[in-house]
Amino acid sequence: MDANAQTPLVEMKDISIAFGGLKAVDRAYLDLYPGEVVGLLGHNGAGKSCLIKILSGAYKRDSGQILIDGREAKIDNPRDAKHFGIETVYQALALADNVDAASNLYLGRELLTRWGTLDDASMEAEARKVMGRLNPNFRRFKEPVIALSGGQRQSVAIARAIHFNAKVLIMDEPTAALGPAETAQVGELIKQLKAEGIGIFLISHDIHDVFDLADRVTVMKNGQVVGSGRVEDMTKDEVLGMIILGKCPAGAIPGPGAMTN
Amino acid sequence: MVSAASAATAAASNEPALRRLLRATEVDTRLLGMIAALLLIWFGFHLFGFLANGVPLSHFFANDSGLFITPRNLYNLSVQASYIVVMATGMVLVIVMRHIDLSVGSIVAFVSTIVGVTQVNLLPPYLGLNHPAIWILTLILALVLGAAIGAFQGSLVAYLGIPSFIVTLGGLLFWRSAAWLVTQAKTIAPLDDRFALMGGGPHGSVGATASWAVAVIACAGILFSLYAGRQRRARFRFPQRPMWAEYLIAIVGCFIVLGATAIVNAYPWPERVAAKYAADNNIVAPAGGLFISTGYAIPVLMALGVGLVMTFIARRTRFGRYVYATGGNPEAAELAGINTRRLTVMVFALMGLLAGVSACIESARIDAATNALGEQDELYVIAATVIGGTSLAGGIGTIYGAMIGALVIWSLQSGMVLLGADAAWQTMVVGAVLVGAVGIDTYYRRRTAKG
Repeated sequence: MDANAQTPLVEMKDISIAFGGLKAVDRAYLDLYPGEVVGLLGHNGAGKSCLIKILSGAYKRDSGQILIDGREAKIDNPRDAKHFGIETVYQALALADNVDAASNLYLGRELLTRWGTLDDASMEAEARKVMGRLNPNFRRFKEPVIALSGGQRQSVAIARAIHFNAKVLIMDEPTAALGPAETAQVGELIKQLKAEGIGIFLISHDIHDVFDLADRVTVMKNGQVVGSGRVEDMTKDEVLGMIILGKCPAGAIPGPGAMTN
Repeated sequence: MVSAASAATAAASNEPALRRLLRATEVDTRLLGMIAALLLIWFGFHLFGFLANGVPLSHFFANDSGLFITPRNLYNLSVQASYIVVMATGMVLVIVMRHIDLSVGSIVAFVSTIVGVTQVNLLPPYLGLNHPAIWILTLILALVLGAAIGAFQGSLVAYLGIPSFIVTLGGLLFWRSAAWLVTQAKTIAPLDDRFALMGGGPHGSVGATASWAVAVIACAGILFSLYAGRQRRARFRFPQRPMWAEYLIAIVGCFIVLGATAIVNAYPWPERVAAKYAADNNIVAPAGGLFISTGYAIPVLMALGVGLVMTFIARRTRFGRYVYATGGNPEAAELAGINTRRLTVMVFALMGLLAGVSACIESARIDAATNALGEQDELYVIAATVIGGTSLAGGIGTIYGAMIGALVIWSLQSGMVLLGADAAWQTMVVGAVLVGAVGIDTYYRRRTAKG
């Protein structure tokens, strides 16, 4: 697949954000093509979650540019991002624990009856359909999601992300809270979504999670991009070197965060 | 051997029977617990009064017995609880959002003095004393003023990030003193005649016929909502409640409605008021005086109406869903695109509006506006809300729970008044019950979370 011939789905350029005096993200960049999985790697505190939260609208950047389908996009809040088809599955499983699966699925986009009241029955019916596709064993529609297992909660979060025609899916440590079987299930799901042409950002501090699923990886350290490259051009050890030391291997294109010399 | 085995099966099928009943009817166990506690309080006070006062058995439920479960006492209880009920429904949403509002009692005082001055001093020179428009104009003024104060406090919380505890603690001090400035510590009385009907009493109640009409409408509402619920479930092929459970709910619901109506209708107008009414209308009073049923008090109907509207808002509107979701996980709500700041302002504005309603009921009840009105209301309202199962951690709470919580608190209060307990004891018992109720609730929640 010659991805470079196409317009990127997402292109982030020169993004910076500071909290107080700390530059959490410093002139970072990132791109993504349709049907591609890009892994964003780095230590805790490397700035990867922060960079991705700028794309999902949770943080507002200080400077830099975001292009969606080659056109400049104004993303100031989560609603703007959703408007561009950017959906996020957060690390901390951003679900409202005290309401049920259908309410979470439609949170912020509720279906209404013709009198303007909540149409819970329709929402539950839709939720049953979506969850049936993602996780056929899911039965607990009436309970608040706090009563669900980690995997069930993750499938609710993913269902919410893909149910509204996402073009770009951001998954922040999607398997951090899951057991091995559930992790494998999420891996299958990622392959399925990729086949449907959705672009996916996979954020992790663990390269094993990412290496098997990603087409490309970008590594960050201290808020800067160390480098990025195709997975087949690098070994796991080389990527590990990028994460820990900031040493950019031959197979990757170095960024401003790469070790000089 | 055989008998032991069959006893074991009997026990096993006995215990799930109750659980099956609860599951089939989908009744919240906490609701049942609260109703049980309420009945326990009622019968406890009744029996205690019966034993302590040596009431003859023939007067066991009579109005003049001085016991608890009498039409007169229950009628008074319903009127006294009504303004706490009104505010408790709003406090549920405030606390679900992880906030608190300590200023409601002072807002009641401030709004009531403004409303009092308006209807007693400002409007009559233009409209004439007891003009029919006065009550509605001042009621609207109370709602708008209450909502504006609430919205102002809410925006300090939402946009300046000042904790709601502090903002409303400031409000508690500020508005009561503002009320003092409005009245210069004078009592404004009497209020407009029509306005005073919002306080209940013989004239501020709807009488027997209208009360039965309310009861019939309420029963029809219960039946219709059960039917509509079944239809909706059928349309989406969701599992249905068993038919016997539907009938059980319908029967119990209608029984409560009709029973309450029978009780308030069994409470007659006081003899002198009835005699004056008879004289005014040229009715010849029969021997033993004219029996005119009081029926539901207007403030009670107002409180029930507020409860219905608030339940609708909490359950069936987007606004309500967002309040609960934000209380459950503010970050998730924010990420889902909910404007949580505007939501905070709206919740406080709604609370203020309900404090405005209560200001009208309370001042109408004593037919006067003073800066002392609503003192300690905030504590009773918060206590009612929390006893009703609303969690201070946010995200959890029901409107009906808070309404029953208000009844529980007011039952304790009025029961002790009937027993002649000192005011000190009353407050101590309410305080102890508040802590005890939350303790039991916390224990229960932790157990169900584990199980």
